[in-house]
Amino acid sequence: MSATSTPRFNALPQRSPGHTLTIYLKEAKYEFLKNLRLRVYTLSVLSFPLMFYVLFGLVLNARESIGGTTIPTYMIATYGTFGVMGASLFGTAAGLAADRGLGWLQVKRASPMPPFAYFAAKVVMSVIFSAIVVSLLMLLGFAFGGVRLPLANLAKLLGTLVAGSLPFSALGLAVGYFAGPNSAPPVINLIYLPMSFCSGLWVPYMFLPKMVRQIALVLPPYHLSQLALGVVGGGRHESAATHWEVLLALTLICLGVARVGFQRDQGKLYG
Amino acid sequence: MIATLEKMRSTPSATVARDIASLAGVSKNYDQVPALRGVNFAVHAGELVALLGPNGAGKTTAVKLLLGLMQPSAGRVRVFGGDPTNPQNRVRVGAMLQVGRVPETLRVREHIDLFSSYYLRPLPLAEVLAAAGLGKLADRKFGDLSGGQRQRVLFALAICGDPDLLFLDEPTVGLDVESRRMLWDEIRRMVERDKTVLLTTHYLEEADALADRVAVINRGEIIAEGTPAEIKAKTSGKRIRCITRLSLTRLRQIPGVVELREDREAVEIHSGEAESVVRELLALDPLLTGLEITSAGLEEAFLALTKDNSSHAAPLNEPELNESQRSARRKML
Repeated sequence: MSATSTPRFNALPQRSPGHTLTIYLKEAKYEFLKNLRLRVYTLSVLSFPLMFYVLFGLVLNARESIGGTTIPTYMIATYGTFGVMGASLFGTAAGLAADRGLGWLQVKRASPMPPFAYFAAKVVMSVIFSAIVVSLLMLLGFAFGGVRLPLANLAKLLGTLVAGSLPFSALGLAVGYFAGPNSAPPVINLIYLPMSFCSGLWVPYMFLPKMVRQIALVLPPYHLSQLALGVVGGGRHESAATHWEVLLALTLICLGVARVGFQRDQGKLYG
Repeated sequence: MIATLEKMRSTPSATVARDIASLAGVSKNYDQVPALRGVNFAVHAGELVALLGPNGAGKTTAVKLLLGLMQPSAGRVRVFGGDPTNPQNRVRVGAMLQVGRVPETLRVREHIDLFSSYYLRPLPLAEVLAAAGLGKLADRKFGDLSGGQRQRVLFALAICGDPDLLFLDEPTVGLDVESRRMLWDEIRRMVERDKTVLLTTHYLEEADALADRVAVINRGEIIAEGTPAEIKAKTSGKRIRCITRLSLTRLRQIPGVVELREDREAVEIHSGEAESVVRELLALDPLLTGLEITSAGLEEAFLALTKDNSSHAAPLNEPELNESQRSARRKML
C-alpha cells in the first residue's frame, strides 16, 4: 500500500496478457450471471422458443413431416433460429441501451476496463445463451419428439445456429446504440417478432402466404433457418454460400452502425 | 472574487509540479450552452479538494472531463501529467459517479470482484468491504440494497483498485446522517493514506468537514478558492450594504473587510467583524445612507455568495463584458 502512495509520473508496469484475459473472462462470467438471474431475460429468451416448440412441434404436429424431415426435427432448426435471435438481440441491445442511458456505462468507461471487454462479454453471453436454447430444444426433441440425428449432424446443427448468434448480436449492438433505455425492449420486439414470422420460424416457409415468402428472402433469420434446415435435410436447397453471405453482410452493416453509435456517443461526450 | 483573483495570481508556480490533475483554461459547452467557462483548477498531491457549488454549476462536468469521459471544448485537461484517457493513468484513478442504474442481479462481492480485476494492485475484498461498511452485505444483490447501501457499493468500486487519485461526485447525496458520517470517515482515511481526493458537493458543511481546500464553482466558473476557513469567512460573516462616497480603495483598507463589490449605487461588504467595520464606515463617511446589515447561516450565506455572483454574471453570453468589468475593478484597486 505504501508503495502506491507517492505519485509517479513515469510509466507503470503494463497489464500482462494473462491479466487482460482474466478481465475478459470475468466480464463475460458476470454478464452471464447477471442475465441468468434476470427473470425478464431468461423467461423471454428461454421459455418462448421452448414453449412454442413443445406446442407446435411436439404436441400438435409431431407425426407430420416436411420433405422427409419430421416436424420435431424441422422445428429444432426453426425455433432454434428463433431462440438464437431472441437470446442475442435481448442479450445485447437491452443491456447496452440501459447501461448507456442510465450512466452505468460511464462508470465502466471511467474505470480501467478495456473498452472492448464490455462488448465482447455481451456477445459471449449471447452465444452461450443461444447454445443453451438450442441444446434444450434438441433435448426435448430427443426425449419427446423421436428426433434421432447422427452426432455429427447434431453438432453441425448446434454449431450453425450458435454461429448465427453473431449477426444478431451485432444487430442488437446497433439497436442498443440507437434506442433509449426504456424503448429498447419494444424496439427489439418490433424487429424480432415480425421477422420471425415472415422468415418462416413459426409457420414453415412453404405454408406462408406468397407475398410473405418473397419478403422472407431478404430477411436474415430466413437465411439462418435455411442453413440450419440444410443440416437436417429440410431446407430449400439454395446455395449455403448465399445464406452465409447475407448473414455476414448483416454482421458487417450492423457493426458499422454500432460503430457510428459508439462514435456518436463519444462525440456527445467527447464533444 | 477579488480576493480569489489575487490568490490565483500569487499561487507559486512551483506547485505546478505537484499537480496531479488540472484543468487549464477549460471550457465545455453542451450544444452551445456553456457548462464550464475558462476554468483553471488543479488538484495537488495528497490533498482533499472540494468542488463546492449548487446543482448545475458544472461540478460533474469538471469531474467527467478529468476522468476523460468528455473532451473540453477549449483548454487542456491533464491527469498525472498526461491525457486522462490514457489507460496507464486510468489504473491509478478511482471514480464514484452519479448513476441511474447499476446491474441489480449481481451481488456486492461480484461487483467488487469485477472492478478489482481491472486494476494492477487491487485491495483485498475483505478490506474493500470493511472500508465501505459492506461487511454484512457482501452476498446481497445490488437490487436488494437501500439507497445508502448502494452509494456505499459505488464507493467500494471507486476505491477497490487502491487508486492514487479518487474522484467522488456528490458521494453523500441522498444519504442519511449516519451513512454520511461513515462515508466521511472513509474519505478521511483515504487522505491519511496519502491518496488525493477530489470531491464535489453542494453542502458547505461537507466541504468544511473534509477538505483541505475548497473551490466554489457557480455557472461554470470558479468564483472563490481557499481553505474551508477562508471560504467560511467569506460566507459566514455579515453582509453590510450601504451607499457611501468612499472609494473602493478606501473601503478595502478598513480592517475586517473580506470582500466588497458594487451593487448599483450601493456597495456590499462582507465581513466577519461587522460591528467594527460599521463603526469605521460611519466615522469615515458621516453622510453614509441606506445601511443594511444582514446575517445568515452558513448555507444561506453560501447561497447568497453564489447568487450574487450569478446576478453579476447574468448576461451569460457576454463573458467579455464580465471580464472587462473585472479587470477594470482590478485596476481600481
